[in-house]
Amino acid sequence: MNNNFDPKQNYEESKQKVGYVSRKEATQETYTSIGFMSGLEVHQQLLTKEKLFCHCPAGVFQKPTVYDAEVVRHMRPTLSELGEYDGTALMEFRTRKEIIYRIKNETTCTYDVDDTPPFPINREALGIAIEISMLSKLSLVGEVHITRKQYLDGSIPAGFQRTAIIGVEGEIPLKNKKIRLIQLSIEEDSCREISDIGHTRIYRTDRLGMPLIETVTYPEMMNPDEVMEACNYIRFLNRSTNKVRTGIGAGRQDVNVSCKGGTRVEIKGVAHTKWIPELTHNECFRQWSLLQIRDILLQKIKDTAAWKMDVKELDFYALQFPCDAIKTAKNAGQKIYAVNLPNFKGILSYFTQPGKMFANEISERLKVIACIDIPNMTHSEEVNALIAGDDQGYIRKLFKACDNDAQIIFWGPEADIKTAIETIDERCRMAFTGVPQETRKSFEDGTTIFERVLPGADRMYPDTDSKPIPLEESYINELKKNIPTEVVDRYNQLKTWNVPEDTYTYIFKKNLFPLIEKIVKDLKINPVFVGTFFGHFIKFVEGHNKKGREFKFEMIYELFVYLLKNKYDLRLAKKMIPILYVHPKMDMESVLISIKFKHISKEDIVKHIPFLREKFGKIRFNDNKENETNWIMGQLQPTAIGNINMKDLKKLLESK
Amino acid sequence: MSEDFFQGYKGASLEVLKKYNVRVWGQANVNTTRGIFQGTILPRSENDDDQHIVMKIITGYNIGVDIANITEMHETGYKKANYKIPEKEFPYTEGFPKVKLIGTGGTIASRLDYRTGAVIPAFSPGELYGAVPELADICNLTTEKVFAVFSENMGPEQYKKLAIAIGKEIENGIDGIIIGHGTDTLSHTAAALTFMVQNSPVPIVLVGSQRSSDRPSSDAALNLMHAATAAGHGNIAEVMVCMFGPTSDEYGLLHRGTRVRKMHSSYRSTFRTIGDVPLASVTRKGVVPIKPEYNHRRKDRNVTILPYFEEKVAIIYYYPNMQPDMIDSLVENGYKGIIIAGTGLGHVNKPLYPAIERATAKGVHMFMCVQTLWGYAHMFVYDTGRDLMAKGVIPAMNMLPETAYIKLGWVLGQTTDPVKVREMMLKPINDEITPREPYNGYLIYQGGVKEVEEFIKKVHK
Repeated sequence: MNNNFDPKQNYEESKQKVGYVSRKEATQETYTSIGFMSGLEVHQQLLTKEKLFCHCPAGVFQKPTVYDAEVVRHMRPTLSELGEYDGTALMEFRTRKEIIYRIKNETTCTYDVDDTPPFPINREALGIAIEISMLSKLSLVGEVHITRKQYLDGSIPAGFQRTAIIGVEGEIPLKNKKIRLIQLSIEEDSCREISDIGHTRIYRTDRLGMPLIETVTYPEMMNPDEVMEACNYIRFLNRSTNKVRTGIGAGRQDVNVSCKGGTRVEIKGVAHTKWIPELTHNECFRQWSLLQIRDILLQKIKDTAAWKMDVKELDFYALQFPCDAIKTAKNAGQKIYAVNLPNFKGILSYFTQPGKMFANEISERLKVIACIDIPNMTHSEEVNALIAGDDQGYIRKLFKACDNDAQIIFWGPEADIKTAIETIDERCRMAFTGVPQETRKSFEDGTTIFERVLPGADRMYPDTDSKPIPLEESYINELKKNIPTEVVDRYNQLKTWNVPEDTYTYIFKKNLFPLIEKIVKDLKINPVFVGTFFGHFIKFVEGHNKKGREFKFEMIYELFVYLLKNKYDLRLAKKMIPILYVHPKMDMESVLISIKFKHISKEDIVKHIPFLREKFGKIRFNDNKENETNWIMGQLQPTAIGNINMKDLKKLLESK
Repeated sequence: MSEDFFQGYKGASLEVLKKYNVRVWGQANVNTTRGIFQGTILPRSENDDDQHIVMKIITGYNIGVDIANITEMHETGYKKANYKIPEKEFPYTEGFPKVKLIGTGGTIASRLDYRTGAVIPAFSPGELYGAVPELADICNLTTEKVFAVFSENMGPEQYKKLAIAIGKEIENGIDGIIIGHGTDTLSHTAAALTFMVQNSPVPIVLVGSQRSSDRPSSDAALNLMHAATAAGHGNIAEVMVCMFGPTSDEYGLLHRGTRVRKMHSSYRSTFRTIGDVPLASVTRKGVVPIKPEYNHRRKDRNVTILPYFEEKVAIIYYYPNMQPDMIDSLVENGYKGIIIAGTGLGHVNKPLYPAIERATAKGVHMFMCVQTLWGYAHMFVYDTGRDLMAKGVIPAMNMLPETAYIKLGWVLGQTTDPVKVREMMLKPINDEITPREPYNGYLIYQGGVKEVEEFIKKVHK
């Protein structure tokens, strides 16, 4: 508001001071200098028929607007086993949310809505969780204890999630190092959110209660790529059992990030592994910015405990607010307030993330904690001011503000104002200590917003409704028999076979290694051909065709058997697969007819060569032999594929 | 008394803890053949086996370690948990009604019990205020713990104590009474208090919770607020049960103490008025009567306390092929009154007739109620009914079997004169027998029916 102050310039300058570089420009030195540290919590749904603690079907989903009934709940914080209230719990309670559950009868029972105690744990799910724990080299517990983990956001109608530890202290191998695992737990999945507007949050209960495992690593990843590599390894390991769900939402991860001097911040529910590098990169720099903001404030404010913001109600009519958001608030009968933040000049427009500044941190908390939908505020360092210059001066005078102060103008329903003021005060004070512990929601562009206060161990409570489950040696030994070979061994095998590395992600993602191994061993087909056939060609087919419901990768094995038996060239498979993929029920002969394949003997193909040579002689530009070979190959290809190995044909042409 | 360092451990697991000198609440490193575990040793539930040791690991989760796998254990620290709801003095607001909360136990306020691994009742006004501060916006609350027993352990002794305690409170000028109670036998106590505390000038509200208050989605807090509203501000001066109307956090229902029954083993909205419509609905805004007639709140203190109960009373629930010795054994054991829950309109099979005759001859008072719960015992319709009446069984109209049991105990605590007993049993004190059943009383929601499905979708049930 000071005429000399340019928020845009301040933003750019602060960005430089932070040392922000894009991920492409960043090197290990960049990350080492700001002390990048990250750990993962990888969630994976298990492939079971039923939910974890009741007999509802798992994996049947509902549309947001199709439901049979609604149930309303409010959540209250309760004490943990050790007699403490949890921070998140108290925050959620302050938000006074009304939670509505949309229920579909076929997927939801009285257990899901917390009107019936749990049934004994789904043994199918427990078995899978133990198998994956063994693959992750975890120490298995002697007895599984179901614990209640409080969630007051309403994502679980009971207000807690039933969860249990299966193993602790394991490890996974990355290319250059090992990452230690803290634990693996089995838990029930939560509801899917439909909307969250004002004081009403709506969920659907189809996903609720589905069996899920969570693998937690130590914070040992030192750059964004390592985080993605570790995440992929854990996901591939889970998939190697063939007993986990795939598809959107079946695997999600929470990513913990901190910088040197920062705190653990959890980025929740990252749906795609490929988002991880950008998200962790930006979060680390956000923390670095917040630490700089702290240092600036501590330099300006000697006694932070005595720092006090001033609050005044404004009159919609006394000021001319030109922006639509404020007009809407005025018409809705809401209140508008201003606060003066002593010594905060230059802080509100300080860089935090690409396209975001410190003021966003406050606005996001107003949305989540005070339930005032965005846009809920503007301020004295807005790049495109939402209020007129005269008004700014008026507000400054109202507070008798100093040049070093900053002002926030916010609006919302009267009932939410008190919480809003507390929220602004709280967030500003947090700036004096640096990085608040919180969970953040991720976006595809790599930025994050505040989601809630980070919960601690205080939200755990033993489940008084269920008995501990002993894991006897005999049971463990029985499960051991189901365990597949390790992902790292598979990786090494592919390398030994010289299968190109760019196929690995697809192969592990789809758990195709066992099939590839079977084809290579049983049918003696060249591994490089098989590996690229899946990793390049099948991947392409999948991206360009709609899969027939009955299509299974195992059919490719059958296809190779068929080709070998009929002595067709294996490359014919590339023409057949697109048809088979869409129409998996077609038999092989019909597929051949549909691609207009005719069986022709080698001699019949070869006999065309002299004629083609003669023809090329007429159209050629020079005497280059290679051009001739290539042209003839092109002419023969449509009929030759499948009937003769193209390499053999080439050799034949070159020799003649 | 020396401190119990091995809370809940017994047999083999106790020996292991002693051997390695590791206490409950001790922080320990445990080496096992499955790996190393670090955490705090927790008490073990008494009913669990003696082959495992429970630990809370650093992430807050609990796990069990098989003692057969333990190779070494080492205590590195000790920190006992202190489970306590923050206690704050209940604030007094001038002009608010004075409400007394009488505690009996039950899940309305509870905490974890390591002995059984279940929840046990805990109760203090400060704790309640700490957990449900909204109560201070409704009334000036004081509390008194008369006794602490589980709902299923409530009986005549407790009914009498409660009635006397209520009488004293009314005499001392209270504006309303809340009784916190476990839900299993909540309706029995409600019936007993209806008979033992008559002509009350103030509301007497029994309340419980179906989800214990140690869970975030508990109904306890809202039930308490509803009960406090009904007791402090409501105009209905009767013995009532206040529990959730729908399973959603929306409104409570007030049920007459003689006509209410727990109808689901775990649902929040388990309490239903049977044979009638509920008395009223209640939210934090106030009480809205559903039934037009009820006993109104008064200024006087003219309450009648009748704390009597004969314990030798039983209910028998008739089933096909019931043998006569079922009744004979009751008579031989000195029972003075029997409530029969009969089939249909109030029937039992013929082989029981001689046993019923023998009971009548011994002066045992027998009343017939119906298993259907809804509707009246109509013993004139079939011969069986007439036969039974001739043999001394008296139809109890539409009195609920449990209410009839409580009432017979209460009546026999005052007289054994057959004429007097009959007269007292059949003269309703507060609608335990109603002269008529309203058409809309019997409304059983049946899922799957189109109309009901539409209703459930539109209204939060």
